[in-house]
Amino acid sequence: MRTRFQQGLDELRTRLLRMGGMAEQAVDRACQAYIDRDLNRCHMVLEAESKINQAEREIDLLAFDLLAMQQPMAVDLRFILAVTKINSDLERVGDQAVNIAERVMDLVELPKADLPVDIARMAAAVSAMVRRALESFIEGKAELAQAVLEMDNVVDRMRDEAFINLVKTMNERPQITRQALDALLVARNLERVADHATNIAEDVIFWVRGADVRHNAQQENPPQEVTPRATGV
Amino acid sequence: MGVGIKVERLNAWFGNVQALHDISMEIAANHATAIIGPSGCGKSTFVRCLNRMHETIPEARASGKVRIGDLDIYNGTAAVQVRRRIGMVFQKPNPFPTMSIYDNVAAGLKLNGFRDRKRLGEIVERSLKLSALWDEVKDSLKKKSGASLSGGQQQRLCIARALAVEPEVLLMDEPCSALDPISTGKIEELIFQLKENFTIVIVTHNMQQASRVAEFTGFFLLGKLIEFDRTEKIFTTPSDKRTEDYITGRFG
Repeated sequence: MRTRFQQGLDELRTRLLRMGGMAEQAVDRACQAYIDRDLNRCHMVLEAESKINQAEREIDLLAFDLLAMQQPMAVDLRFILAVTKINSDLERVGDQAVNIAERVMDLVELPKADLPVDIARMAAAVSAMVRRALESFIEGKAELAQAVLEMDNVVDRMRDEAFINLVKTMNERPQITRQALDALLVARNLERVADHATNIAEDVIFWVRGADVRHNAQQENPPQEVTPRATGV
Repeated sequence: MGVGIKVERLNAWFGNVQALHDISMEIAANHATAIIGPSGCGKSTFVRCLNRMHETIPEARASGKVRIGDLDIYNGTAAVQVRRRIGMVFQKPNPFPTMSIYDNVAAGLKLNGFRDRKRLGEIVERSLKLSALWDEVKDSLKKKSGASLSGGQQQRLCIARALAVEPEVLLMDEPCSALDPISTGKIEELIFQLKENFTIVIVTHNMQQASRVAEFTGFFLLGKLIEFDRTEKIFTTPSDKRTEDYITGRFG
């Protein structure tokens, strides 16, 4: 057993989970801020961003050290690669939370408007995706990650629906165009968070099974297998 | 040119102790194949069966089929004829200490009765160039003994000696384990170059080395071939849990 290496892997895992918690909380806060028009929560999201960015740099550095110093192989190599990619996705989740918070800060200046979009429902679906993607990482279970991939279509449909309804609203009630536009952007930000959760789930599957499921790769473009058979025998 | 090797149900024993169990694998021509596994797993025994060296140990025997190109090496073929086609390099460089560099390389050919001096000189030069040693020794070929060279140079001399008899296969049993990183780098670069003309089978304890030099890797454990696949597959997504545990350092 390589104790030092194992400690490094454990440390990487712990840090990524901590960062995942921060990113998940940032999205939840930003969504709640939208629902309650709560500036206080917006500021909390903005403050958390620098911590998430800092965590991203530390995780990358640790992963880089382990790659350079420990020459990881097989499942360990896949784990470290997955962590670096998940790390980057979580940082982007933090950015999307900030984007939502900035929309809310714009929105609170405007009169409240009744809009044909259920951001709370969409936020709940997206939060569940992020939570399950992180659970699949904690448990190292590809089945949990697979479930996240299937949820992405639901969120995509919600975003499409929001787009159609909000554009219609802008045409019919131009006086609330800004509120409708903010809601549209929030829906788009949430859909992006769902995409990052999907990426995380794909990385977990890569780590656990060694399978690349991105862009339906396995169905459309199976990697070429070269069997180690002799030639010229 | 190198030739492929086809091994079918190879078993080997030391007295009553079975060291290899039903090994079957096809080794690709003009590629490097690495054999990895913990100490005592049978990897050296395996390569020694490929050139009939295993049977030189008292009470050691082997059964099964090994075809080197079109040569069935366990079916009435003389061991000497097999070894002429299969060169071998060992863990510890073993040049003939009293012979000059030139004579070390020419030894195999001379032993086979080769007497054409001009041609011999050409072969020595070609072999030393192939083993990337020529530039370092060309001015002292007949003056210096093989033993006067550094460890890394001695190992390349041994490779030149093996290449001089123009084998089709080169077996290397941990060729770098006694060498420093610079010499190791040279030998690895050499393996890369030699693949063009030879089939290479390398036993190594160093997994990074296997991943650097070999296109295919076989993992041995307790005398059995557990997994044999493309090297990148073995080191990124091995199919067998035992392979994964070994290469990730969880045992071995």
